[in-house]
Amino acid sequence: MSLDAAASRLAAFFGAWDEALQVGHAAERQRALEDADDLFLLLCFSESMGLPNPVAWHTLELYPLLLEAFHDWHRRAGMDRSPLDHVRCC
Amino acid sequence: MNAVWLACAALLAFYLGWRWYSRFIAERIYRLEHDYVTPAHRYRDGVDFVPTRKWVLWGHHFTSVAGAAPIVGPAIAMYWGWGPAIAWVVLGTIFAAGVHDFGALVLSVRHKGQSIGTLAHRLVGRRAKLLFLFIILILILMVNAVFAWVIANLFINNPASVLPVVLQIPIALWFGYTVIRRHRPMLVPSLVALIVMYGTAILTTRVTWLQIDLVGWFGGAGASTALFALDATSAAFLVWIVVLLAYVYVASTLPVWKLLQPRDYINAQQLVFGLLILYGGLLVTRPELTAPVYNAGAQPSWFPLLFITIACGAISGFHGLVASGTSSKQLDRETDARTVGYLGALGEGALALITIVAVATFFTTQAEFLSSYGSFAQASSASLGYFVGGAAQLAGGLGIPADVAATLVALIIVCFAATTLDSAVRLLRYIIGELGLEYRLPALTRRHVATSLAVGLTALLVVLPDGGRGFGSGGYLLWPLFGTSNQLLAGITLMLISLWLVRQGRNPLPTLVPMVFLLAMTIWAMSAQVIFTWSGLGDAPPEWLLFVLGSAILGFALWILLEALRLFASPAARAALAASVAEPDESDEPPQPPEAGQRR
Repeated sequence: MSLDAAASRLAAFFGAWDEALQVGHAAERQRALEDADDLFLLLCFSESMGLPNPVAWHTLELYPLLLEAFHDWHRRAGMDRSPLDHVRCC
Repeated sequence: MNAVWLACAALLAFYLGWRWYSRFIAERIYRLEHDYVTPAHRYRDGVDFVPTRKWVLWGHHFTSVAGAAPIVGPAIAMYWGWGPAIAWVVLGTIFAAGVHDFGALVLSVRHKGQSIGTLAHRLVGRRAKLLFLFIILILILMVNAVFAWVIANLFINNPASVLPVVLQIPIALWFGYTVIRRHRPMLVPSLVALIVMYGTAILTTRVTWLQIDLVGWFGGAGASTALFALDATSAAFLVWIVVLLAYVYVASTLPVWKLLQPRDYINAQQLVFGLLILYGGLLVTRPELTAPVYNAGAQPSWFPLLFITIACGAISGFHGLVASGTSSKQLDRETDARTVGYLGALGEGALALITIVAVATFFTTQAEFLSSYGSFAQASSASLGYFVGGAAQLAGGLGIPADVAATLVALIIVCFAATTLDSAVRLLRYIIGELGLEYRLPALTRRHVATSLAVGLTALLVVLPDGGRGFGSGGYLLWPLFGTSNQLLAGITLMLISLWLVRQGRNPLPTLVPMVFLLAMTIWAMSAQVIFTWSGLGDAPPEWLLFVLGSAILGFALWILLEALRLFASPAARAALAASVAEPDESDEPPQPPEAGQRR
């Protein structure tokens, strides 16, 4: 057996061994990553899908503090009226 | 007699079992089909159901089932001499454990990859599910208490092992983050982790001030302390138990990928490393067996206590949970079940075998063995220390100094036990939550309530038994209870496999005989312990905690027996069974998501 063939066999053996030790854990890791992705996508796209954005509820108490800054921002951005139905600054 | 011959004879028996008996079981009893579409293919989802090559799956299965338990049990059972221990390990592995693990895998594969708990529910209904949950609850409580006791004792007797064990925690946390974010292979980092841990172990063995010797800090063995007026050893025990339980509380409430999985990975490397070192050392040192074949003066007798002293290493119900929980969902071909299940059990048998060899060759003379294993209580409390010494002697054959080898062996056992403790408290939390749902106690389903209950019960169990040598010396008394509950779990699994075989019109004797044997031995041994030892009716003073727990386990054992008799004897029950395990499961509807007992 050539040196290259032996090296590739050894690499295959250690690759399989690594795979064997990870087999039991892959599902849990996949689930943890999927949970993080689900939360991210929900935050980004929930309103596009017709679902109220849960962040809106949790940041409700910031509303009075942000109202004036938001009003100034939509005026500067060229919108006379508030573009969001649920933020009624004017 | 030279120990190499004993090991060779046992390994040859394992080989013959694998070559002939497992083939007979695969072809004539379970009748594996190469073209059967396994759940891994039918429900392939890339998460739980993933077809995996058989040797890869075998590696996963073997490293999941082997741990500290096949070391502790055989080391205690050496009290009766190496003959009974080796006979039970070899025969138990070939005719009971192999068939049990293999069968659990096949049964689950033929039922959508569902777990033994779910199958028991389908088979006998809610009663069986509750029975199953209670037995697992007791089994896990015993595992927690015994392993917490084992770790505290090893820390007290091997203070050099503490620092490398502690070091494994930040390394594992770093690993967890590395792997989940970057998807790197873990092999090289885990080998680096081992080098760091073992390097630290060498350092702590030789540099005394790096050893965390609580007994020394409390003034040395025998000195009294301000901590509840306990002596130094008892105070050290109390501190270690509190630290361990605090650790396990935090560890078991973290997501599994953060700490538990990386620790499991490193431990799997340690298992293989340890086995190679011990078998290599055996070949080089070729030691003589100094322990007797049979300790004629042993009281109580080996029969039937041996069968609940060695559970893991001969047969263990826990393997059925692993086989039906994860392995069955990843089996590529049904014919691979023989390699994964049967050979996985042989792997654990090989660990139990080298444990027996290490203890049997540790002593210089037979007289030394007999005085060290003077009574069953003495054997139970000190045997792990003899294994550490014997294993260190074997490792010495490969040029590892005995003191360093002793630290390494203690380190490996503690790492195994600590990871098991983490998994077990996690499982206990799920089971308490499940019982909370069953009995409409919503508070029990809360994570921190369930974990507090799990840790609190473990603390009570580990500190309450009185071993006669001060606070915390009685944890080993729980070992037979662990063995019994483990065997009962195996009994349930064998019962389910036998029922399935009957339904298929096949010969159920290969699973029925081990089931009857296990249940008979378990009930006999537990009755003797409960009635004559713990109740106070015999010569010994009453042990109420053990009496209550033992009685509960005995009750469960009788319950299983009655369920089995009902199912095998009653035509109506057999008909209900036939409907409930209608086979094969041809529907493409995926199975239910993992249940509490399966998740970690």
